[in-house]
Amino acid sequence: MLKQTEGSHAVAEAVALCRPEVVCAYPISPQTHIVEGVGELVKSGELRNCEFINVESEFAAMSVAIGSSAAGARTYTATASQGLLFMAEAVFNASGLGLPIVMTVANRAIGAPINIWNDHTDSLAMRDSGWLQLFAETNQEALDLHIQAFRLGEELSLPVMVCMDGFILTHAYERVDMPTQAQVDAYLPPYSPRQVLDPAEPVSIGAMVGPEAFMEVRYLAHAKQRQALERMPAYAAEFKSIFGRDSGGLLHSYRADDAETIVVAMGSVLGTIKDTVDEMRAAGDKIGVMGLTLFRPFPSAQVRDALQHAKRVVVLEKSFSIGAGGILATNVRTAISALPIDTYTVGAGLGGRAITKRSLHALFRGAIQGKLEFLTFLDLNREVVDKQLAREAQKRRSGPIAENLLRDVGVVAAKIV
Amino acid sequence: MSYQPISFYQTGTFTVGNRLLAPDERSVQAQVKRYNSLNSGHRACQGCGEALGARYAIDAAMEAAHGQLIAANATGCLEVFSTPYPETSWQIPWVHSLFGNAAAVATGIAAALKVKGKHDVRVVAQGGDGGTTDIGFGCLSGMFERNDDVLYICYDNGGYMNTGIQRSSATPPAARTATTMAVGAEPGNPFGQGKFVPAIAMAHDIPYVATATVADLRDLEAKVLRAMEIRGARYIHILVPCPLGWGTASGDTIKMARLAKETGFFPVFEAEQGVVTGVLPIRKKLPVEEFLRPQKRYAHLFGKQPKVDVIAKLQALADRNIRKYGLLGEEH
Ligand SMILES: Cc1ncc(C[n+]2csc(CCOP(=O)(O)OP(=O)(O)O)c2C)c(N)n1
Ligand code: SF4
Ligand SMILES: [Mg+2]
Repeated sequence: MLKQTEGSHAVAEAVALCRPEVVCAYPISPQTHIVEGVGELVKSGELRNCEFINVESEFAAMSVAIGSSAAGARTYTATASQGLLFMAEAVFNASGLGLPIVMTVANRAIGAPINIWNDHTDSLAMRDSGWLQLFAETNQEALDLHIQAFRLGEELSLPVMVCMDGFILTHAYERVDMPTQAQVDAYLPPYSPRQVLDPAEPVSIGAMVGPEAFMEVRYLAHAKQRQALERMPAYAAEFKSIFGRDSGGLLHSYRADDAETIVVAMGSVLGTIKDTVDEMRAAGDKIGVMGLTLFRPFPSAQVRDALQHAKRVVVLEKSFSIGAGGILATNVRTAISALPIDTYTVGAGLGGRAITKRSLHALFRGAIQGKLEFLTFLDLNREVVDKQLAREAQKRRSGPIAENLLRDVGVVAAKIV
Repeated sequence: MSYQPISFYQTGTFTVGNRLLAPDERSVQAQVKRYNSLNSGHRACQGCGEALGARYAIDAAMEAAHGQLIAANATGCLEVFSTPYPETSWQIPWVHSLFGNAAAVATGIAAALKVKGKHDVRVVAQGGDGGTTDIGFGCLSGMFERNDDVLYICYDNGGYMNTGIQRSSATPPAARTATTMAVGAEPGNPFGQGKFVPAIAMAHDIPYVATATVADLRDLEAKVLRAMEIRGARYIHILVPCPLGWGTASGDTIKMARLAKETGFFPVFEAEQGVVTGVLPIRKKLPVEEFLRPQKRYAHLFGKQPKVDVIAKLQALADRNIRKYGLLGEEH
């Protein structure tokens, strides 16, 4: 059914259609509306056979989820940013134990300085946690990916993060096609755990493993995750047959067949990138896009296939590994390392900095003209940075960085160029 | 048939022998059909109070739950010595997730059982004092506050034993640990710090809170059985001497637990809805020195010149327990 609704609410409804049995909630912007939505459906009685638990921290949220999943219940939670880091130990634990919990990450920057706006630093900080990571481009895709996430996670017995851009998607009112319960039931069978805490068949879960077998356990986790590379396209195809639309899969190329320049990105910014590419195509530029849906496991072979004919690849990412460079870009570069392709890393949209078509035009033009440096930051205010560097060079007690920068910038509200 | 003398009382204890009791009054452990939930073969030190406490507590919980029990375990000695890969001593469904989240994991298990309509399956969480009073305290308090249907059992050996005997918030004052060394002007753990979680549990107004020691195992069993009659958040805090950490002889574990109780150093009581309903009275009051002297962690108090002032301060703490909980039996 088509409806105009908030991204968070669409996700809440989709999650409810998946018949979760335990949902743990701890509030953090911009995730709040999602768990509030699920909670209301439970409290009103619309979502039956579901325990909605208000926990005391994100660490508890993931820990409760671990317990309920290990006891055989379909389990869901959601978080963002500081919350994801606060539960980090349990995030790794959930995947190590092989528990197919589904969690929405309403992507948000990590402090300090505290910042509630969108970027991908939070989920990418968990990239080695053993969770599958799916990135949604639109609210429709966010909704659909949750339904696929339960299917995928439970099949592989691994937890899945569905990442959607905080505010940009979570708080945007858009038209979505909400599936029916019958459709979701046809797609998603009841959860049948591989391991379960059951007095009829007692097992010890989470025993200590020493050097004699730890490597094998880790290898198996990798091997299991890699199975998603085959499952995801298959589940996307099945999804299409039931729900009638393309959603999910590993990656999506756009106008890339003959493209000399391919822009790689994840999440909602793909919309702005595609609009920019359309305009550049109209002006005769051979430019295309590759949007990545599945970030973990990383579909290296498929990325290579999608990019192999390009002359240059511009990876635009809302994340940055301080002291090293791009995160997504590093993965992309590894995938195409045998090919003669120039790869550019562009840090963009950090802490919610708006990514505008005007800036993208200039960026892509620079890449095509060979003027782009290999690591750049979109719309970086060089003046402010230099001023602070000079201040630090001059004076030992130069003061808190964030305060200095805000004073230099002269505004406190987000600045859209 | 050879002559076998019958003792009405075990030597040095007040525990009446099981054989003199009616069958239904006998201890859970005395039954041939006991569950052996924590089976032999685990790797605990000789005389480990935690292993003993866990065996009695979990078997009693199993008895009460008719074998329908799931346990969540915090990281710590109990977890490590019971599940060295590829072996496990647990005969019950058991999960270890992390050091600080046993209470929350148990909440999750209880929620899953509830939603699946498995009302007969019960849940216990267990951890050491570090996993309970320190790192797991947030999850524990959350579980209490929501009154989740979990029995949490803390095995208090007064320190982080699994990592090599460091101080926890349950380490008693003056005790030497690897991080409260017996050096300097005030050797050992400082006075005026630490917390007594049973009292904090009571402040949550949860249905049931009890303390116990491995000296009175019938009392321990009875408290677990009582706790299992109740639904909601329940807490049992068991003092479990650790020969390694305390520096006591392996054969003295029960004696040390008894001395802790008989000196008033560790108050044994139970409480319902935040109100103390009963205490295990001191039979024969002993000075704390009797409890302290056999322990190497207090050796610095008993050098050539015994630290009478420090011992007096510890005595004052015991006396305060005695007054507060009416341990001489005259109150409550
Ligand atoms: C987050 C985290 N911090 C520290 C540790 C290290 N650690 C493991 S067991 C343990 C001590 C456990 O002490 P306690 O809970 O009192 O149990 P005991 O071993 O004394 O029975 C510590 C510090 C850990 N496993 N996880
Ligand atoms: S160190 Fe102490 S608690 Fe740990 S196994 Fe040995 S005796 Fe038991
Ligand atoms: Mg301890």
